[in-house]
Amino acid sequence: MSKVDVFLDHTAEWLRGGDADSNIVVSSRIRLARNIEGYPFIQRLKDDDRKEIIRLVSEALQKISQTRDLYYLQKADMSDLDLLFLVERHLISREHAAEQAEKAVAISPNEVMSMMVLEEDHLRIQAFQSGFQLMETWRIINQIDAELQKRMQFSFDPVLGYLTACPTNVGTGMRASCMLHLPSLVLTKQVHKVLQALSKLNLAARGLYGEGTQATGNFFQISNQMTLGQPEEEMIDNLVSVIRQIIEHEKEAQVYLKEQKQQKFLDQVWRALGTLKSARIISSVEAMQLLSLTQLGIQTGVIQSQISRQDLFALFLLIQPAHLQKLAGKPLSSAERDLYRADLVRERLRKLSL
Amino acid sequence: MICTSCGVEEATIHLTEINNNQMMEIHLCEKCAQEKGTEFKTHFSIGDILSGFIDLEDAATAGRKKQALVCAECGSTYEQFTKSGRLGCASCYTAFSKLLLPLIKRVQRSVQHCGKSPEIAGDKKGSSIQSLRQLREKLQKMVAGEEFEKAAQLRDEIKKIEDKKKKKDSNE
Repeated sequence: MSKVDVFLDHTAEWLRGGDADSNIVVSSRIRLARNIEGYPFIQRLKDDDRKEIIRLVSEALQKISQTRDLYYLQKADMSDLDLLFLVERHLISREHAAEQAEKAVAISPNEVMSMMVLEEDHLRIQAFQSGFQLMETWRIINQIDAELQKRMQFSFDPVLGYLTACPTNVGTGMRASCMLHLPSLVLTKQVHKVLQALSKLNLAARGLYGEGTQATGNFFQISNQMTLGQPEEEMIDNLVSVIRQIIEHEKEAQVYLKEQKQQKFLDQVWRALGTLKSARIISSVEAMQLLSLTQLGIQTGVIQSQISRQDLFALFLLIQPAHLQKLAGKPLSSAERDLYRADLVRERLRKLSL
Repeated sequence: MICTSCGVEEATIHLTEINNNQMMEIHLCEKCAQEKGTEFKTHFSIGDILSGFIDLEDAATAGRKKQALVCAECGSTYEQFTKSGRLGCASCYTAFSKLLLPLIKRVQRSVQHCGKSPEIAGDKKGSSIQSLRQLREKLQKMVAGEEFEKAAQLRDEIKKIEDKKKKKDSNE
């Protein structure tokens, strides 16, 4: 059994839900990019340096009370399937998964904290919370960062701030983001306007799994684009106020659908659930889209739900390729996954009646 | 719907991508989708965007003498950076500052870090930072006025003061 499998049995903290708006803002995440002083950046790093850094980080984590219980997984501990599984759970990036040289990842048991060692920078520290909790997320990560800096020195320039391999991260090294579920804005074709407005505000929107990935399931990740020139809290404040507005737009679009497009909306929602409850073969893209509409149906009271929010949002994760194969306990081809996925969805949604 | 790639076959795979804050709908037939790989990605990286900026920079300096900038610390050249979008080490920021500062200004709209710093993060004194702040403000004005050469000099000065302070701190 792989060490990574411990995460399969429990629901990640960031899926837990909580406040009223957590149907719209699913999760909040902040990552900090840091490099250890005295070592070149990743491209110039020798194999011995890589091993040394992995060891240094491991030692530092052991000494900090908040990070002592982290799982510390190295390249040899993880198969390709394990790596994809961690990507699907947003614990590592695709780039880190693809890295062939020595690397490591540290993950807290509840998945609130994770750290990629030797990604684009020596360290990418991440904190994850469910719902719309960016400030709380900042508090967590700021503390861990401070603890780490008592034990290791990070490359820092008095003017430019924390130095990163790519100048797009220099300064705070911070990327704060929220994962938003915006089915109503997509259905009413308003989401383009939101995305265009974001780029004028120097914020970035990406798909569920980062730059260049599909906006499947009507999920959008919204984050700060610039990392220099403002204190961290100010950058987070900006992001928070913009996301508040997006929440209002999504709610308005929901009301519009329910009141002005009632017949069509009911038809779309019930057809989505109908398909999920009867499909025998289903792709992940189709399942994501239909689950998104089902969730919207539950949120708006169209569908009476006997299933918890957490279980429904967890399903978005469980139908991803690596999760399916972990659940099945064996490798599955693409065609086999479509069969297995349809079975899983029917089973999990059996409590929802048409 | 007809496949947007080959324009012949019926499209059966419908994708939505976000790139550069633009949503794009892509409709593909089975065959084209397979050719493009199941995870259809136009994947254009930060490196690509950066090198777009760098091209602008090159055009601006093309008239002037072009020198090969090398970082004495790690041996990386500025040219390597323009290709990969990644710097070799922390010292590259100083070695390439003449070209890098205008680039950072363009991408980040600022060249002055205002966030947390190791002193504050490490819970140490932050009083001597005050005097440096004035120098930094002066630097910011220089950059705003696009006086990049002067700015680079002042930047080195600030760094020297900062290094001295660091040494003093560690001796205490």
